Amino acid sequence: MPRRRRREFTFRLLGMIATGIGIVFLGVFFSSLVAQGASAFKQTYLQLDIELNEDVLAPGGQLDLAYADFDSLVRTALRKELPEVSSRQDRRALYRIVSVGAAYQVRDLLEENPGLLGTTQTLWVPASSTIDMLIKGNIDANLEEALRPVSDRQIAWVESLRAAGRLETRFNKALFTNGDSREPELAGIKGAVMGSLYMLMVTLVLSFPIGVAAAIYLEEFAPRNRWSDLIEVNINNLAAVPSIVFGLLGLAVFINWAALPRSAPLVGGLVLTLLTLPVIIIASRASIKAVPPSIREAALGLGASQTQVVFHHVLPLAMPGMLTGAIIGMSRALGESAPLLMIGMIAFIVDVPGSLTDPATALPVQIFLWADSPERAFAERTSAAIIVLLGFLLVMNLAAVILRKRMERKW
Amino acid sequence: MCNTSKAAVLTAIATLGLTLSASAFAQAGRDYVYVVGSSTVYPFATVVAERFGRSSEFKTPKIESTGSGGGLKLFCDGVGVDYPDVTNSSRAIKQSEVDSCAANGVTEIIEVKIGYDGIVFANAIGAETMQLSRADLFLALAKEVPGEADGELVENPFTTWSEVNPDLPAIRIEVLGPPPTSGTRDAFVELAMEGGCKATPWIAALKNTDKNRYKAICHTIREDGVFVEAGENDNLIVQKLQANPNAFGIFGFSFLDQNIEKVKGSLVDGVAPTFDAIADGAYPVSRPLYFYAKKAHVDVIPGLRGFLREFTSERAWGEEGYLSDRGLIPMPDEERRDVAAAVRDLRPLSMAAE
Repeated sequence: MPRRRRREFTFRLLGMIATGIGIVFLGVFFSSLVAQGASAFKQTYLQLDIELNEDVLAPGGQLDLAYADFDSLVRTALRKELPEVSSRQDRRALYRIVSVGAAYQVRDLLEENPGLLGTTQTLWVPASSTIDMLIKGNIDANLEEALRPVSDRQIAWVESLRAAGRLETRFNKALFTNGDSREPELAGIKGAVMGSLYMLMVTLVLSFPIGVAAAIYLEEFAPRNRWSDLIEVNINNLAAVPSIVFGLLGLAVFINWAALPRSAPLVGGLVLTLLTLPVIIIASRASIKAVPPSIREAALGLGASQTQVVFHHVLPLAMPGMLTGAIIGMSRALGESAPLLMIGMIAFIVDVPGSLTDPATALPVQIFLWADSPERAFAERTSAAIIVLLGFLLVMNLAAVILRKRMERKW
Repeated sequence: MCNTSKAAVLTAIATLGLTLSASAFAQAGRDYVYVVGSSTVYPFATVVAERFGRSSEFKTPKIESTGSGGGLKLFCDGVGVDYPDVTNSSRAIKQSEVDSCAANGVTEIIEVKIGYDGIVFANAIGAETMQLSRADLFLALAKEVPGEADGELVENPFTTWSEVNPDLPAIRIEVLGPPPTSGTRDAFVELAMEGGCKATPWIAALKNTDKNRYKAICHTIREDGVFVEAGENDNLIVQKLQANPNAFGIFGFSFLDQNIEKVKGSLVDGVAPTFDAIADGAYPVSRPLYFYAKKAHVDVIPGLRGFLREFTSERAWGEEGYLSDRGLIPMPDEERRDVAAAVRDLRPLSMAAE
């Protein structure tokens, strides 16, 4: 008896240690992620009085947005803030503290409201990513000048702008409203999020009905013989196949044979459908199996046909389990990047996709691309994108849990 | 429930049908430039694409990072909107690729050299600055090194830098570098290792008699754990160097440029990897970068001509252009002028197969 007790105690202890280790790792992972990524939700902005000078923008009296020199407006405004900067070299260094996005911002403003031509507008424009890194402390201003990407003079200018209330860190809206960019201060995840949503839409629309139909057939109608066993083994196998294999299959079938466009969310969705189908079929079959046979027998006894039994009784009762399976399958699909490598979704795409055939990337791919960028400000943005991805996954998995709790029936 | 389920199936079929027909439309014309190719050129090409997309009436080009070889393969698959217009490459196109292009009807290819990229051998900023020769690099990293007698090869016995060359410090050799699939690795092997390998006369003589054996000796990196494949992510290598002052890393100049307070480049053959030294060719481990465009696509794909002009404009690839800010080493003035003129006239590559 004491030996048995001791054994039980050791077993429990081991279990607790295992769970503890898991929690510690998770904690370290999350805290490092948040520590790195939290600052990316803020961005340094400069306040500039930009004179929308008619002579500069519309030299011939005709405003042509595509060719107008918005950069020089931003530069003039910056020089007005710091009039003591005079030499050519200093000016070049000065221009580097403001993002190239400032000029785009001015253009967009004028495009929206051409009547502003000739007026002076006070705008908050993004600072360049090196200045942003300096303000956030990711670049150490105490290092030797040769060892950091900002010069002493640039630091002095930034300090004087800050003292004048012309420099602030604010919420980084661009991160959520912009597509990808090679300028870290302009880069956003909207394009990737839209790409992921389009793909998930295709995946859900295809894999849920097909998966449920297959599960119903296999569970309720298919005869039990060697063939159905073979199919079952194969479905279970497919669920464990590395996802890159589905990517290769997608490349061969959808792109090379069916001639669908590369980098399109449609193809991505089709590939992810292949990936999630086995998961949904297995989950749906399990939830159909969980419906008590007494319900089937009662319905049959009252004269219902096999089809009526399935659609009137079994399917509604099994639905919560199927939906949970579908959501878990979807969240797996959302986190996949390997199969997308093969179908051209590792790409630099600035424009936010507007349809299923526009070129697009996905959230995990965006993380991969940013993690590989030389600009240092992308490091924190990578972490921020991971936080957003984890947020989506959390919401989806939570939905699955709530759905199960709400609709679950006990017999 | 029965109705909803049926409805769902019907919607699925309808959606699929719609999207398929939509995609057929999308393929009929393409209103954006489609670029594939080298991951080394990717950071530069994307900057050009973004500036071009924002400052012109055309859409932003789509740029896929497929690697040089993969890019050329896609590029050579054919002419038409389904195939890429431009492929980036961290090496010149090979004759075999020109031939396979020609076999698929891709005949007039415009070659554009855009500048240089240096490959650095770096360690942590606090560690000792190394003065290496290419021969040192070869002896430290090759799988087999020349033995006592001519023609004899031995398994690389060196474990510390001082064993390779008595002038170097007595620290363990530990090098983090890219995997064999990487263009950076190819270039390092060709420029640094082969350069040092040739210093042994009998191996240099092999080049003319037994080319395969010559390549096998000069291009094979040791696999006994001294050289660690650190993946394609150069940011990761920089982080690991910071943590381990005895380790060295191999990566592109732009990563050194962005991390000057964390890592520093070793001198190779007495020259430090600086912007100027790479630009004037004094630093030995640097390679030209290219892109290739299809002449047949110019004026068919909207924006392609403009994209080519933007890439070869002074404000992009000039001495003070925005690409030099990103670490691309510009070509000399005259060469830039010549290449830009060739692009303007759409002059195709002359090694086309007949």
